[in-house]
Amino acid sequence: MAKKKTLKNNDIDEKKRLELYNSQYLIRVAEQRAYDLFLENLVKGTSHLSLGQEAIAAGFATAMQENDKSFCTYRGHAHTLARGASVVGVLGELMQRDCGLMRGKGGSMHLTDTSKGVMGSYAIIGAHLPMAVGSAWRAQYMGHDDVATVFFGDGTTNIGAFHEALNYAVVYKLPVIFVCENNNYMEYTPIESITAVKNPAADRASAYGLDSIIIDGNDADEVYRTAQVAYSKARSGDGPSLIECKTYRQSGHSRADPGAYRPDGELDHWKKNNDPITRYRSRLIEFGVKQKTIDGIEASVKKLVDEATEEAKNSPVPPEEILTTNVYANGGWAWRN
Amino acid sequence: MAQLTYREAVAAGIAQEMERDETVAFIGEDVARAGGVFKATVGLFDKFGPKRVIDTPISEQAILGAAMGAAMTGMRPIAEIMFSDFLAVCWDFVANEMSKSRYMSDGQLKCPLVVRTGNGGGSRFGAQHSQSIENWAMAIPGIKVVAPSTPADVKGLLAASVRDEDPVIFFEHKSLYAIKGEVPEGEHVDTLGTAKVVRPGKDATIVALALMVPRAVQAADKLMTDHGIDVEVVDIRTLVPLDMKTISNSVIKTGRLFTVEENPRLCGWGAEIVSIVVDELFWDLDGPAVRITTPHIPLPAADNLEDITIPSVDRIYSKILEVLR
Ligand SMILES: Cc1ncc(C[n+]2csc(CCOP(=O)(O)OP(=O)(O)O)c2C)c(N)n1
Ligand SMILES: [Mg+2]
Repeated sequence: MAKKKTLKNNDIDEKKRLELYNSQYLIRVAEQRAYDLFLENLVKGTSHLSLGQEAIAAGFATAMQENDKSFCTYRGHAHTLARGASVVGVLGELMQRDCGLMRGKGGSMHLTDTSKGVMGSYAIIGAHLPMAVGSAWRAQYMGHDDVATVFFGDGTTNIGAFHEALNYAVVYKLPVIFVCENNNYMEYTPIESITAVKNPAADRASAYGLDSIIIDGNDADEVYRTAQVAYSKARSGDGPSLIECKTYRQSGHSRADPGAYRPDGELDHWKKNNDPITRYRSRLIEFGVKQKTIDGIEASVKKLVDEATEEAKNSPVPPEEILTTNVYANGGWAWRN
Repeated sequence: MAQLTYREAVAAGIAQEMERDETVAFIGEDVARAGGVFKATVGLFDKFGPKRVIDTPISEQAILGAAMGAAMTGMRPIAEIMFSDFLAVCWDFVANEMSKSRYMSDGQLKCPLVVRTGNGGGSRFGAQHSQSIENWAMAIPGIKVVAPSTPADVKGLLAASVRDEDPVIFFEHKSLYAIKGEVPEGEHVDTLGTAKVVRPGKDATIVALALMVPRAVQAADKLMTDHGIDVEVVDIRTLVPLDMKTISNSVIKTGRLFTVEENPRLCGWGAEIVSIVVDELFWDLDGPAVRITTPHIPLPAADNLEDITIPSVDRIYSKILEVLR
């Protein structure tokens, strides 16, 4: 693409932009599919979707290098897919099939694909922040150049582990990036009603000597640029960053949540005026990307997700003999002789 | 053989492993420059420096979380939680995280780390600094649980724990830090999951752990001297994996089982052992299996009260005599 100097946002080339769009669109379609499969009773248990929050996962993952590590919450499908985990593996795990990333032993809340740097998804609020700090400690200790990124919600800023992790990371100047996805809600409770400060993450940054960084989490370019700055800071030994991304969750908190607590019109407003995918699509067109190219991306994503869905549907459930495997490092579960 | 105290054996074990393996590092509160509140890690900072022996903030969750994150990405950290009571503050990492990540990820994640902690009573520290919580840990699938009673076992089992691929909770008994014992010279590595007969006997079996081991041995000696009752004492050493073979062989030989437990009564580790023995060796028993435990109360601070709370040599002696008579 010939760079049009008249447009702002021209530092990201077309290839990257298409990558960012592809990633966001894949998450959108896969999450929508997860929801549909839930309605068909093919996704069991619980699941927490990132519909509306795609730009954060796409922006960060696109800025990462291959050996970087991601630590996610139970709302982790997006980040797992964004790192390139197989769609069959993700949908299969949600459908509790043998083809799942963890063969049905983890489920939706614990997606893990270490081959892609996804070091697990954690469902006890706050726990994975110190783990990301530990991964960063190892990188610093062993002289590796990878950075750990930990994604968490606004509600998570009110648990102790958040504060312990930030202090610890700053004290030892560790290469870790704390990404708060502020989607306005801690489950069903508006975050401002239960938090002492207006910006749950950014307003706490100064307590740890960090810059207060607030960005539009529904703008993949802004996320990507901010991430790049944070990664280069971390990689040059200048320590952690805390980034608060303003966003909005378009689905319920978890699959069972109809979202009745939302004020009238709020959801519509975000969907109509501040949907990351719609916004990014318009920007691509503004930049002169051909409609045909965008259609091509969307068609190939849909095809990928359709095929993955079929494959997962046809995959057997996990065999019963794996019930007692991988409890201990010897592969088994024996606790006595 | 060298004579070392239990606390010196801790430092010796850590030093041995840090010398052998660059990926072993040690973190905790006041563990480096000050050498630990129990002086169990004196000398490590001078020897290995601030990169590998690290004073941390009072952040138990960050300590265990950092150890986990480092372990899952290639290190073999040792983390100290000063008093085992404080594990309650970061129990999430033990009960939900390090114990489950391997299983939940179907083997993708590993967690080779050691959590060392000062456990047990006898120091008049009261209810929040004296507990024996090894039975909490034993209740969680996915971790290993070690509690040595001698300096040699401290060094050998600590080395084995560091080399183990699974997360290990390593309970050091605070009232044993001062005891002295022979420790093999040179590299010493023991085996997890092995109990030891520390006093052979034929009339009854006592199964004991940590501080209860020397007390059980003393009680057994006294029973022999006073009454000619010959009691075998088995030091369990590691609760998980549990060496039931050694325990069962002893019970088959003696026909009687006593457990001596410092943990409070309910769901103490002895309950599990008794239930296994009743299940599998019922017809080998010549009488009831009896548990001698701390009563189900918080630990008091006053010395006279604490002394009648934790099983003593006298209590073990009298109970066994009463039951066997
Ligand atoms: C320690 C702990 N407390 C409570 C919960 C239950 N819980 C699950 S998600 C959630 C809300 C978290 O909100 P936030 O951090 O904003 O993340 P979001 O779900 O919005 O992505 C709560 C309270 C939990 N999983 N862990
Ligand atoms: Mg939230």
